[in-house]
Amino acid sequence: MKFTEEHEWLRAEGDTVTVGITGHAAEQLGDVVFVELPEVGTTVARDDEVVVIESVKAASDIRAPIDGEIVEVNEALVDAPGKVNEDPLGDAWFFRMKPSEPGQMDEYMDEAAYNDFIG
Amino acid sequence: MSDASDLNVTPLGALHHELGARMVPFAGYEMPVQYPLGVLKEHLHCRARAGLFDVSHMGQVILRAPGGYAEVARAMEALVPVDLAGLGEMRQRYGFFTDDTGGILDDLMLANRGDHMFVVVNAACKAGDIAHMRAHLPGVEVAEITDRALLALQGPAAEGVLAAMLPGVAGMRFMDVAMLPSDHGELWISRSGYTGEDGYEISVAEDRAGALARALLAHEDVEPIGLGARDSLRLEAGLCLYGHDIDTTTSPVEARLGWAIQKVRRAGGDRAGGFPGADRILTELADGAPRARVGLRPEGRAPMREGTALFAAAEGGEAVGHVTSGAFGPTVQAPVSMGYVPRALAGTGTTVWGEVRGRRMAATVTALPFTPANFKR
Repeated sequence: MKFTEEHEWLRAEGDTVTVGITGHAAEQLGDVVFVELPEVGTTVARDDEVVVIESVKAASDIRAPIDGEIVEVNEALVDAPGKVNEDPLGDAWFFRMKPSEPGQMDEYMDEAAYNDFIG
Repeated sequence: MSDASDLNVTPLGALHHELGARMVPFAGYEMPVQYPLGVLKEHLHCRARAGLFDVSHMGQVILRAPGGYAEVARAMEALVPVDLAGLGEMRQRYGFFTDDTGGILDDLMLANRGDHMFVVVNAACKAGDIAHMRAHLPGVEVAEITDRALLALQGPAAEGVLAAMLPGVAGMRFMDVAMLPSDHGELWISRSGYTGEDGYEISVAEDRAGALARALLAHEDVEPIGLGARDSLRLEAGLCLYGHDIDTTTSPVEARLGWAIQKVRRAGGDRAGGFPGADRILTELADGAPRARVGLRPEGRAPMREGTALFAAAEGGEAVGHVTSGAFGPTVQAPVSMGYVPRALAGTGTTVWGEVRGRRMAATVTALPFTPANFKR
């Protein structure tokens, strides 16, 4: 599992990468009340805004951490956005990508480095 | 915002930290935005049971004159378009200071406490309000009370919780005020609040505030509630937040606060006008205002937040208004907003469009409040 400085996590599973947000991010956001997901089949570049999250406090977005194609999205979050607070590292994944540059994932932090990063 | 060291703390500052609150700067004070329960659950708890709010940042002011309450009321009617002379003893009323253009300088609560008037004003406006009163109330002594905290206990269980400590509060009706001796010194209590729920606002000596708050929180029905849930509660209740839904650019009639201007202060009344901006406000009361504050229910789940531009059509045209408060309503279980639209679009059921992230989203003009008020009248 890898972590970005924007508090996203990436998990490689076969030839896809699953993306979500960390528990730290979910706690900082507060209760999530709205999630807008990208369309399956969309080709995205690193740093493209792909997900909109609204919490009780504010709107924020999730950017694509790597280049690739969106191959699956977690539709369950649309009707139950609160899952993001309940199980951010598990059930509340946001989307799966097929990376076009798999090496990009290695540029991110491992769990120990991320834990240091959030202090 | 200012550095944390510049911020005032309320008499409950230590308690907030002990309760694990997340503190934020607000109107010059370090205030709890949420506790570990979180905004959503705090909101729902307040509507289901009872919530305790620290509102000590608000200004408490006592107004006295040689002629007693009647003289203060006559003087204040020159600043506030409300029937204060006719306010019953130990009763409270909502009102606002208006300016010469008919805009709103602040909204406030005013109470007739027999031989004097007690008012509660917004934290961000209190210095200006006090200067305004000192400048324009000849013969009236304006005393800011700086040694008392202010708590709000809100929700359907509030009466049971407070009456267990002070049986006298059970018989109070909405907007009654009382000054009652207690184990925590004399409490100044009003049956009011800003959540749409039944409840009380309680002024207590600052050195007794912590003990009172702990005694209330010891009750299983009571949770501490932060500013986050306070905002979503008052929004669902259709209540205006000064500096957002009302300010010097909005008249009371545009803001649909005309209900607070009693007949005696309107055209044809015994004490009609005589307050700043009366020409505009009385004209708008008679003829209607060009725009109005409305409730909005956006389609879907995305909140339509403050500042969102509103349009009359799904495509094209100029913005016709904007959202002044918007959030997800935990009790409504949907996004709710308030904003200003032209009179022609202000009818309940009208569709308007708000531009969210570059896309126009439909919203339906909806009667306020979004959740039924639960006052004990």
